[in-house]
Parts: sequence; structure tokens; C-alpha cells
Amino acid sequence: MNNSISLNHGSGGKQTHELIRSVFVRSFGMPEPLTDSAILKKAGKAFVLTTDAYVVDPIFFPGGNIGKLSVCGTVNDLAVSGAKPEYIACSFVIEEGFPLSDLIAITGSMAEEAMKADVKIVAGDTKVVGKGKCDKLFITTSGTGILNNEREHISTGSRIKTGDKLIINGSLGNHSIAVLGARNNLSFSTPVESDCASLNRLISRVLDKCTEVHFMRDLTRGGLAGVLNELAEMREEGISVNEHSVPVDEPVRGVCEMLGFDPLYLANEGKILIVAGAGSETEILNILRSDPLGKDSALIGEITAENKRMVILNTSAGGSRILDMPSGVQLPRIC
Amino acid sequence: MKYIDEYRDKGLIMMLTDRIARSVKRDYTFMEVCGGHTAAIHRFGIPSLLPENIKLISGPGCPVCVTGTDFIDKAIIYSEREDVIITTFGDLIRVPGSASSLEKQKAAGADIRVVFSGLEALAIAKSNPGQKIIFLGIGFETTAPGTAVTIKQAEKEHFDNFFLLSTHKVMPPAMETLVKEGTKLDGFICPGHVAAVTGSSIFNFLPEKYNLGCVITGFEPTDLLQSVLMLTEQVNRNDPRVEIQYSRAVTVEGNIAAQKHMKEVFKPCDAYWRGFGMIPESGMTLRECFEKFDADNFMPVPVIPHEENGMCICADILRGLKKPDECPLFADTCFPENPVGACMVSGEGVCNTWYKYKRAR
Repeated sequence: MNNSISLNHGSGGKQTHELIRSVFVRSFGMPEPLTDSAILKKAGKAFVLTTDAYVVDPIFFPGGNIGKLSVCGTVNDLAVSGAKPEYIACSFVIEEGFPLSDLIAITGSMAEEAMKADVKIVAGDTKVVGKGKCDKLFITTSGTGILNNEREHISTGSRIKTGDKLIINGSLGNHSIAVLGARNNLSFSTPVESDCASLNRLISRVLDKCTEVHFMRDLTRGGLAGVLNELAEMREEGISVNEHSVPVDEPVRGVCEMLGFDPLYLANEGKILIVAGAGSETEILNILRSDPLGKDSALIGEITAENKRMVILNTSAGGSRILDMPSGVQLPRIC
Repeated sequence: MKYIDEYRDKGLIMMLTDRIARSVKRDYTFMEVCGGHTAAIHRFGIPSLLPENIKLISGPGCPVCVTGTDFIDKAIIYSEREDVIITTFGDLIRVPGSASSLEKQKAAGADIRVVFSGLEALAIAKSNPGQKIIFLGIGFETTAPGTAVTIKQAEKEHFDNFFLLSTHKVMPPAMETLVKEGTKLDGFICPGHVAAVTGSSIFNFLPEKYNLGCVITGFEPTDLLQSVLMLTEQVNRNDPRVEIQYSRAVTVEGNIAAQKHMKEVFKPCDAYWRGFGMIPESGMTLRECFEKFDADNFMPVPVIPHEENGMCICADILRGLKKPDECPLFADTCFPENPVGACMVSGEGVCNTWYKYKRAR
């Protein structure tokens, strides 16, 4: 590893994993496999704990802002582990000179999102740093929720088996492209909005009706490719994905084609992968599609006995290839 | 999506693969010389759609891959100056120099900014009048017209803090070098975007001098497959010629306006290609009237020549003589996060593409 931290270490891909393993796991001794939330047990009860820092730039973007994002992100991290999100704590690092009206708008949307997701924001902290010592506003949120014992397997995927189906709840890449557009003042002929949303209600509707959910993960940094590769590393089986089944909105596809991004690697803030037992996919898709947050849900692939520990993409052209773990920051093409 | 979906049509793809399978009569080796083609071929899984006796090999078509270490070293020396802002296309920042990379310099505090065009770099020069802005000009005939327009704009607006460090190159001399040096080929998949600027005639020397056919090709699966079919049929008929498959973008004459900008601003020069060494008249340097924008002239820096890692076989890979998995470093000590040779750096580099899409298959 390098002697200093580079932006690649924050990309959610290989270098992020290396950093986590070589520094944080070594220092703190977390148990493998690493998941989005820790499962904690006390007196026969299980609850989950998660934490996340938000440094999005710009802090306001189409479809949300840093505050809404911080609540949705924490709620989703808890919900994909199978838990019911309950409480959130938040810390603000604010740059000197930050407009109060912006702070009020941001906390307002946090309150609104917390109400929608039925979670309570119960603790917080505020720090102000000098001009230029942070970029406008950073937020850290921690969340906790209660986990039903029957759902403990979901975050580690321990029940995954050959033939299980892969489902996602809609089109990929909207958050990344919306933020990229806002950051660079790109104007799209069809506006692209972030998919930023709390998915706990949608997820609990699925879990209440179906016991065959074997794994869930939100498709944030590193995108679908990142999550599938993490899963492939955790398991013995192989993973097969059909490119043509993965929904991507037209404007997002257009920007990706033009700038050389692959939607399978882009971050989402309202999308999850569900791995479910064969035979349960129709029921799950029906539940997801009946909700606005899952109307474009799709069956995108399955767990296979062959290609162990690898993710194979069946390309839209009819060929097949590896879908690798994201590496580095996605860069534009130069010729 | 219009102009994309038509070219990824599964029925059309199946028809083409079927026709290719039926036209095959012997072994064929075709080389693509555009990094965009290398990436597209593997991204769409094209090799898995072709009969085993059609081999696609990759040539020196990624501008990052053929860039010499001294260019990066020079940019790194500039980046260490307090009064300099380096502006560059994204892929270049990860290329290893002899001791560092622009990415590492950036992490250590150097002002290095990724831009999408030369004009964006010029805008940075405008808003930072106290700083010297160096734009790293890289690429073939595709990006050179953009750099030429930037230089003309800088001249028009009397910029005195904008400089170009050019490693712009032209494609045909490298293709000729590898044919002359004995790479065995049955034809070229020629770069569509280069030809859109230059016109198809720059490849006439291939059939005329070397009896080799070539098809100027687009970047979608049906484009690539149709070109493979056209090349196979050329070989079967023993009728090497320059054909344009990518007719929606390429003409015989090319983009006259872009050519004019390039000619006004650049003149040919000998250039260093990683893996090949010096190739006469294969580079583009600023003409005398624009010399004041040449970073080399204005701020000359000494660069000590550097030996490449002796185990790295990038040189043979760029000539199509070896494949990435024949390199002892491939996926072992050389991988995208720690590239030893330049072919592993860019998303369009041969080794990088193999690592991403073909490793362990």
C-alpha cells in the first residue's frame, strides 16, 4: 500500500477494502465477514449498529441533499441487514461561514426523511472548523435497530445456495449521474434525479411475506459490481448476471456512454440487491413492483455452481466476461 | 437508446457470428490498434462469440500505454513547482513514472487537475493569472485537433501563463513499424475515430506496400463483428484493401476542418513510443509560431533516462507478439492498483482490459 491515503482509498472498491483490512480490522479486530451493520446481542436480543460519514459534493443535488442522504443511507444500512431501524444520532462538522439557511434546509429534510422512515433522531453533536478546514458541511450518522432472530443470516448470506435468484429494485446509476451533473453543471435534456430514498418499509414488506430472502445489500459506492464481488469473496459459489436484464434509465445510459462510465459500477442511494431462494422470485418481484420505490425491479441473474468465487457477466451482445471488483476512481476516457 | 441499441441488436449479432463461422477457412490473426476497440472487444465479450481460429490481438493503440516514462517524470518535476498547475486527462494521473506518479504527487499536495478538454485547462489559466498552467497533451489524431484549437485560442487571447507539454502522436508510422519488424498479421481493425478525423486514405499504405487489408471500424458489437467478417472475406478473396465499415462517421477525406487546425498548429517530429523506441515522424510538436506555448521551451527540465522493469513485457504486448498472461508480472506484481507497465494503467490498456475482463478464464 502507498504511504499516504489517495482518493482511490475512498472509492468503495479494492483499495477501500485493502485499507479497511490492513488498518481498521487490524486495529479494531472486527469479525469477518465484514457487513454494513454490526449485529450485537445482549440477553437473547439482537440489535444492529451502523455508522456512516457523508461528504457529498455538492451538498444539494437533484433529488436530495446531504441531510436526506445521511438519513436514507443509515436507514438502508440497517434495513438490509434485516433489522427494523429505530434511532439515529448525527454529528455535523460545519465550515466557518456556512449559510444558516442551508443548514436549516438540510436539517429540515433530515427530519422529514426520518418521519417517512419512522426513525427518531435522538442525539447529535456540532463542531465548527475554520474556513477551508472542511468543505462546507460533513455529516456523520449512526443508527441502531432491532433484529428479529430469524433474520440474522441476511447480512452474511450464510443461507445462499446454488440456484438462488438475484433481484434489484430498479434502475442503476441515477444518484452518481445526478451528483456528477450538479457538480459539473452539466445540463441533461432529460433531468436525472438521485434515487436517494429510505427503503426500510419496502424491505419489511418483502421480509414479512417471504422467508426465502438469503442476502441483502444496498448498492452504494462500488455499485452492483462492488457488492456482487464482495458476495463472491464471502461465498464458495459463482455469480452469473445478465447485462440486458439490468435496468438503466435512458438519460443515465446516455451520460455513461458519453463519459465512459459503466452503470454497474456507479453508486446508488435507493437500490438494493436481494438474493432469494429459487421459486420465491415471482412473489418478491410482485411485492417490490407494487411500490413506487420498486416499480422497475428486475430479476438480473443467479447463484451458480460453476465459476466459483467469480462474477460472470453475460453481455448484452451475447458474449460473457468477468465483472471485476471496481478499482480506483472511474475515470473519463481520453481518446 | 438511438444509435446505440441498433448496433447491439442480438438478432443482428447472431446473424453476423453465424456468417463469420461459415466464412472461416483457415487461421486468421487480426490486430486492433485502438484502445477503444480493445476495451469494447472485451467489454462485450466478442472473443467468446468468434470461432477459435480467429484471433484478435491488440496493438499500440492506447496513447497512455505508449507514453514514455520520461514524459511522466517531466510532468512530475513541473508539478513540484509552487507556481504550476498541471491539467491532464484522467487516465494519465495513474501512470507510473520512474519514482512517482501524478496521482501520488496530487496526494502529496501538488496542484494537479483532471480536465475533459484543453479548453477547460485554458479556463483554469484564465482564472489563475498568477499560476502557470501546463496542459499534458496526449492522444492521437482524435485529441490533437482539440489541443490545436486550444493553442489557437490561447494565441488569440494573448495568454502568457498557458503551456503545452505534448506527447501527441500519429498512428500510421507505428503500424508500419510493427509490420516491418515482423508481427504476423492477416489484417488490421483500424481505428474509427482516428479515421473520422484523418480520412481513410492514411491507411492506403497497408495494402499498397504490405499486402495487408484493413477495415476502419466502429465501437459497437455489430461494428466489430461486421469488420471481422469483412477482413475474413478479404483474406479469403486474397483482396487486401482499405474498407470503411464505420461509414456513419468516416469518409475518405475525413474532417477537413480538424485536419487544418492540426496542420496549422503542429508539425511532425520523431517521437518515443514505449515498446518501440523512437519512430521517425510519428509525433506532433508545436510549430515555431506557437513555440511560446511549448512547456519544453519555456521551462526546460532535465530528465534522467530511466530503465523500464526488465521483467515487464509491455514492449512485446504492444507489438502483438505476446499476450498479457504470458508476462511473469501479470496479476501478480502488476495489477491496476499497482501498474508496473503502462499497459496496465489505462482502462483501454491491453493488460488492464485483460485483468478486468479475462483474468483466470
